[in-house]
Amino acid sequence: MVRRARRAEMSMPQPEDAMSATDLLKTPLHALHVELGARMVPFAGYDMPVSYPAGIIAEHRHCRASAALFDVSHMGQLRLVGDAAAAALETLVPMDIVDLQPARQRYALFTADDGGILDDLMVTRRRDDLFVVVNAGCKDADLRHLRERIGARCGIVPMPDHALLALQGPRAAEAIARLAPELSALTFMTGCEVSLAGAPCYVTRSGYTGEDGFEISVPADAASALARALLRLPEVKPAGLGARDTLRLEAGLCLYGHDIDTTTTPVEAGLSWAIQKIRRAGGARHGGYPGASVIDDQLASGAGRKRVGLVGLERTPVREGAAIVDAAGRRLGQVTSGTLGPTVEKPIAMAYLAAAQATPGSEVSADVRGKPQPMRVTPMPFVPHRYVRAKA
Amino acid sequence: MNIKYTSDHEWIDLADPRAAIVGITQHAQDALGDVVFVDLPAVGASFERGDVAGVVESVKAAADLYMPVAGEIVEVNEALRADPSLANTDPHAAGWFFKVRIADGAETGDLLEQAAYDELVKNA
Repeated sequence: MVRRARRAEMSMPQPEDAMSATDLLKTPLHALHVELGARMVPFAGYDMPVSYPAGIIAEHRHCRASAALFDVSHMGQLRLVGDAAAAALETLVPMDIVDLQPARQRYALFTADDGGILDDLMVTRRRDDLFVVVNAGCKDADLRHLRERIGARCGIVPMPDHALLALQGPRAAEAIARLAPELSALTFMTGCEVSLAGAPCYVTRSGYTGEDGFEISVPADAASALARALLRLPEVKPAGLGARDTLRLEAGLCLYGHDIDTTTTPVEAGLSWAIQKIRRAGGARHGGYPGASVIDDQLASGAGRKRVGLVGLERTPVREGAAIVDAAGRRLGQVTSGTLGPTVEKPIAMAYLAAAQATPGSEVSADVRGKPQPMRVTPMPFVPHRYVRAKA
Repeated sequence: MNIKYTSDHEWIDLADPRAAIVGITQHAQDALGDVVFVDLPAVGASFERGDVAGVVESVKAAADLYMPVAGEIVEVNEALRADPSLANTDPHAAGWFFKVRIADGAETGDLLEQAAYDELVKNA
């Protein structure tokens, strides 16, 4: 029994890939992962835990039942500094950054001239800067992009001396409140400065699992102590990148490089909700970002294809790269992400289908090893989100 | 029991050559992680040694199952099909995959003994 085609594993490079363990970067929590018995794999140039001895399914379920701690320090953290930073960033993203209120966080997309997506990111208005978190695999390119395009207008300051932890799950709030009771006051997509493990941290109430949870930017030299303190809390267990992927897929969240990339526009990807009115046609700060004319057009007339959710009607998992065909065998699209969802206990996937076929309830087939696997188009998320939002 | 191994981390119990039992090893299930799906061969199908007889899938990936010996499938483990986690919890017993009637004259001499397989795993 040997590993099959790499296609199925593209989201997680395997240990037998080119880089040796000594070439890989380590996060501040590397020794902790090894101590906890994690299975380590290369990911975006880092030696990262894909799972701990409990395994992906148990870690995933613990997140949805209680609270899971993830090390996401491989991601890029940076600060944009100066009065012109927000206006400058708006020249690169179709989002409202200028009117982003203090302590609020927003999901954003770097776009290309043809309307494709260069990366997805989170932006938080903090007291003295805009705090930006980008994907690990894109951080070097994103930094170059920022410097080339807006380096003259604002300070662009990477934060390599900070780690990033994510504590996610319905019991994350009660757990972290033991360390910092003030964090209970945060609501979804807001943040604050807080002292944790004696170190000055910045915490946002957000994440990548669909559950309530927190992302914690912590100085690297305090990261291990903070992680250990969190793991000592009775609600909390560690979870790796394997569970992170199954959780986000069940939550209907895109993974850059798979469900969104330079060939997908925000409208095709179903991310129009992230483009605030003020940046759309008729808005006070309409356009002015790469690909605006393509995106405006699609916002007005719809996109030719759409990202949809698919649920398998039998038990065979359907994975990235599988062709989607209709009853007559005509190719309709391709799967961009797929797995056996540990909470839904069914095969789930995301794919782009022509707009006409992208109707919830449509039955299609996925080609798995030459055999058609029946699937149904379904709205996402596959598992309801449980964000703790501000009261209206 | 007469257990031999392959370098693909499968075991075969040759005690009854009309129904030799095939499964994946402890090392294999550990490397795979949580098994979520198995694609078992059809009963009655015949394969050459080294042919892909089925697939075992973990959360993250699918892995081929090879025929350790030429022969005809005489039984598959329906309990495993219903509960793929048996491959993790009991890979050498309840987690068996299929039974083979070994073809006449089929090669079995170079299957690995326990000691040789243990050595392979140690160096893996």
